[in-house]
Amino acid sequence: MALPVIEILGLTKDFPTGFWRKRMRRSLDGLTLAVEEGEIFGFLGPNGAGKTTTLKLLMGLIFPTAGTAHILGRSIDDTQMHREIGYLPEQPYFYDYLTARELLDYYARFFGYGAAERRQRVARMLERVGLADAGGVQLRKFSKGMLQRVGIAQAILHDPRVIFLDEPMSGLDPIGRREVRDIILGLKRQGRTVFFSTHILSDAEMICDRVGVLHLGKLRGVGAPGEILSMESHGMEILFEMRAGRALPADLLPRAAQTGQRYRIEVPEAELYGVLEQLRDCEARILSLAPVRPSLEDYFLRLVESPAATPAVEEPVR
Amino acid sequence: MSGMSGAVALNTFREAVRDRVLYNLILFALLMIGAAVLVGQISIGIERLVIINLGLSAISVFGLVMAIFIGVGLVYKEIEKRTLYSLLARPVRRWEFLVGKYVGLLLTLVVNILLMSVGLAAALFAVGRPLLRSDLSILTAIYFIVLELALVIAVAIFFSCFSTPMLSALFTLAIYIAGVFAWEIRDFGALVHSPAVHLAVRVVYYTLPNFHNFNIIAAVGHAERVPFSLIWQNTLYALLYVTLLLLASATVFSRSNLK
Ligand SMILES: Nc1ncnc2c1ncn2[C@@H]1O[C@H](COP(=O)(O)OP(=O)(O)O)[C@@H](O)[C@H]1O
Ligand SMILES: [Mg+2]
Repeated sequence: MALPVIEILGLTKDFPTGFWRKRMRRSLDGLTLAVEEGEIFGFLGPNGAGKTTTLKLLMGLIFPTAGTAHILGRSIDDTQMHREIGYLPEQPYFYDYLTARELLDYYARFFGYGAAERRQRVARMLERVGLADAGGVQLRKFSKGMLQRVGIAQAILHDPRVIFLDEPMSGLDPIGRREVRDIILGLKRQGRTVFFSTHILSDAEMICDRVGVLHLGKLRGVGAPGEILSMESHGMEILFEMRAGRALPADLLPRAAQTGQRYRIEVPEAELYGVLEQLRDCEARILSLAPVRPSLEDYFLRLVESPAATPAVEEPVR
Repeated sequence: MSGMSGAVALNTFREAVRDRVLYNLILFALLMIGAAVLVGQISIGIERLVIINLGLSAISVFGLVMAIFIGVGLVYKEIEKRTLYSLLARPVRRWEFLVGKYVGLLLTLVVNILLMSVGLAAALFAVGRPLLRSDLSILTAIYFIVLELALVIAVAIFFSCFSTPMLSALFTLAIYIAGVFAWEIRDFGALVHSPAVHLAVRVVYYTLPNFHNFNIIAAVGHAERVPFSLIWQNTLYALLYVTLLLLASATVFSRSNLK
């Protein structure tokens, strides 16, 4: 099997807190993770989980307290490796005295492209992120959503093999989010690896091959979105109607939610047939039968509320 | 210098121009025009002295203010606004970024000083005096101002690698003033009869950038010749000092966590 494209081993980061007494607070705790070539990996976690910290460590913007990481087999200390990667920072901000075209042209210079090649690439990228008409506008006049698009353009400008995106969908409207999803899927079709963080689960659920869930600096689970879901106890939801004059069996009554003539009941898979028999006996009319699919949202909430997570999330410093 | 630093330098220059840094030139022009008009009215044969003194001093002060105030923010602003994040994710090493910023500001100052020099020449011309061979030493004085500012920017960048712009500006100004009076500090040391003080003063004297030799404005005003040895000594001195400061800055900056 091929070497993982991103290989993170025990990555840990402490930040000093407090003004006088320098105490340390662990923002990332022994993260170990591998991402394969061509994957879309969703790095999930609520605000303050340590996602941005992880990405900054990988980009060499901050330095780990412990642990190592390799991208494409090369240490994260190796800036030459940066030829092969792209990065969209969280809430990106760029030189606002430049136009979008000038900014991308500036960034393209660091890859040694000639003037003609730069012009072509920049035009292609502006097109790809839907800013073809705004290329000549100064960035100070850009909305947050437009900046996000410029940010994506600069991240993929040089056709990197691995792309890191920190909250790429934040600040975008539903159409914008969809466009970003399409861009990410397009990158996957080109065989690129995409590692993106988000606290919005539905975005990840839709496009990720695998997700990792980070909470309070610790990785709580990794797997295909489906696998993560199957870790939860599944059940079935039964929707039915009672005929006039018929009563629900007493043992089902407390478990059923009633709206008018209709009832909704959730049962564990093991009890399904038993309950269905009871319903047949009282001549209930079954309207629908569907598996209860806890969304990643539920999974997340449960994680966050779990006793293991009791040390409350501290307010972000700054 | 690598191509990476070159790209950073050009962008730094472009930022300065777009931030209207060159507006100071208007002020300078007004100053020169005012002086020329005034001198034209007194006209007792000291036009040359006044214009040269005033012009060179203004170039020096304007340059100093720009060097300090832009210099301390060069790196800080990019960290604070997080523009550095997407830049450093490219195949750029941090020292290349630092050198690029340095060169970019130096370029800005050189262009600025060249334009001011043209203004000075115009003022000299306006007070109606043909150019003399000794006026070449004005160019030397301007060159020394550039060297001095090259040093000041390096000091400003060095401090800004570990403190806020406000403090860095104060420190840089303090170093500049101490550097101007470096000789006086040494002479003061000689007055005290204590080996410890002698040593301390020596250390301070040799670590401080010595700006004394860079100021030849008074000499130029009196049409004195500038010895050639001073030119290459100053050049070498500035080069060495700037290199050491940039090395130190790069060492600090390469290990710092961007917030
Ligand atoms: N430069 C810093 N100094 C101190 N604490 C920090 C710093 N950066 C992040 N943190 C802390 O680390 C934790 C994780 O932050 P972050 O990685 O930004 O989370 P996320 O991106 O998942 O929302 C937060 O509690 C935050 O306050
Ligand atoms: Mg974040």
